[in-house]
Amino acid sequence: MAGGAASGGSATTDTYKEARNWLLLPAWVYLGAFVLIPVIMMLIYSFLTKEFRGGIIWDFSLAAYGQFFFDRGLFGDEPAKIEWTYITIFWRSIWQAAVATLLALAIGFPTAYFIATRPQKARPMWVFLITIPYWVNLLIRTVSMKFMLRDTGPLNDFLMGTGLINDPITIINTNFAVQLGLFYSYLPFMVLPIYACVERYNFSLSEAAADLYASKWVTLRRILLPAVKPGVIAGCILVFVPSMGSFLAPDLLGGAKNFMIGSLIEEQFKGNAGNWPFGAAASMVLLSMVLIILMVFARQQARAEKEAS
Amino acid sequence: MIDTYDSNEAMLASLKAGGMGTYDVAVPGDYMVKIMAGAGLLDTMAEGELANKGNIAAEWADPNFDPGRQHSIPYQWGSTSFAVNRDVYTGDINNTDILFNPPAELQGKINVLDSQGEVMALAALHMDIPQCSTDRDQLKALNAMLLGAKANWVSFNSDTAKEVLVSGDAAAGMIYDGFSAKAREEGANVEYAFPTQGYIAWMDNVVLLNDAPNRENALKFMDFLLVPENVAQLTNWTRYAAGVEGVAPLLDEALRTLPEANPHEGAGQAVFIDACDEEVQAVYDTIWTNLKK
Repeated sequence: MAGGAASGGSATTDTYKEARNWLLLPAWVYLGAFVLIPVIMMLIYSFLTKEFRGGIIWDFSLAAYGQFFFDRGLFGDEPAKIEWTYITIFWRSIWQAAVATLLALAIGFPTAYFIATRPQKARPMWVFLITIPYWVNLLIRTVSMKFMLRDTGPLNDFLMGTGLINDPITIINTNFAVQLGLFYSYLPFMVLPIYACVERYNFSLSEAAADLYASKWVTLRRILLPAVKPGVIAGCILVFVPSMGSFLAPDLLGGAKNFMIGSLIEEQFKGNAGNWPFGAAASMVLLSMVLIILMVFARQQARAEKEAS
Repeated sequence: MIDTYDSNEAMLASLKAGGMGTYDVAVPGDYMVKIMAGAGLLDTMAEGELANKGNIAAEWADPNFDPGRQHSIPYQWGSTSFAVNRDVYTGDINNTDILFNPPAELQGKINVLDSQGEVMALAALHMDIPQCSTDRDQLKALNAMLLGAKANWVSFNSDTAKEVLVSGDAAAGMIYDGFSAKAREEGANVEYAFPTQGYIAWMDNVVLLNDAPNRENALKFMDFLLVPENVAQLTNWTRYAAGVEGVAPLLDEALRTLPEANPHEGAGQAVFIDACDEEVQAVYDTIWTNLKK
């Protein structure tokens, strides 16, 4: 925002430059108090010694990271092997989040395109309709999904009523139910950024491509997609990142049979384990992974912009 | 100021993370009273500070988790075992095999509580080994038994333990006695089991916290909860059981004859969950992670 303001008229540039630091102050205070300090606390906790049944002892220790990466058997006294448990849990979460993101993209992109191609006056109404379900609390929506999907729920009743299937399809308590739940929870985060990009897209470019004998597929792939790529990337990040740390959908729709990253970390603070340093270490590993993913995206974006100019 | 929590461990975490001095009382379960007292979180009530202390029923006046009731008074108590949908399975249900080695009708249709303490305690009863055993072979066997049993479980749900039985998502499930009674009242054909191997007893207690901002009022409130008329009203609402003398005649007729509160002749013993020491708890945590990885 500030960058946009600063690149305005040359006469006002200096005024803004001086005011900029002050105008940004609330944002810095907010980020510092609610993001930076908690993250630094987590980082410090992850290198401390655990106190039995929750809490920390102020002694430096790598035990939390050791537990994450090394397997020492049931009693903790065998020679260290690579610990696959937590890698498996992380991989499961990434996979679930990736499927949910792809589902959201597959549904969200056409939806955004549809809204952006309505008459100007009708668009706010469509955006409004997209957001209505999200006025309801996430927990309630997730429980409702459970009602919809269960063996005796409306979905299976409908499918059996039409004669498509004879026995109910078990969806609840499967990985697919979790993916569906995550997809549904975060769908607007995909639709809205893509919509914002498609709306600004100059449709005469598509017409020009058609005039030059580009097929519809080629126009989509070579003209529209590159133009709205920032929206697609933003949407994917906004769906992927919260999906990865989510524990509501896995617990309620997946039956909590397997830990996800979110429920594993929650267990360390709220459950019997009470192992705060380990919970903090797992959070740090998750945070690093998300940062790497974001950095890769950012670099790609920068490269794409460079090529474009 | 009132805050609620979904497990004893969550309450302990929030008290340890700066909650002390904010609250006067808390309502921990049996084993958690011992843990909190051990961690120095509980204030001691001197003899005579509670006018109605004598109302506490004899069997709950000197529990192993708080000898002499120095920090706590009974709130409600009940049992935890499991309930079975009788439309699905008609055989004998008073056996922990229902959960850990289930008959064909129930395989893949079992919900267990998403709570390490309860699952481990019932598993120990099933295997006839002591809780918090330090014996390596017993712990290895416990790990193997649970991993094998998990193949027959459909979900780990505590909050929805009742709802999954009513909806039919699960045909059998670990459950608290009061939840099971509610499931039955809501139309599910479920029967609550008192297994011959034994079952879990739990008791929620009101404890006096250290640094209570209103210590006087806290004691008044605890005295209030020891008056039979008051606690009878509470019990008629929760449908569990009170630990106070003279409550029984004041209870609803249905509650006095509740199948979930009246064990049959052959039922095993009711046991409280033990709080394991640090070494065994570490193994329990590993087993629990193995179970859910």
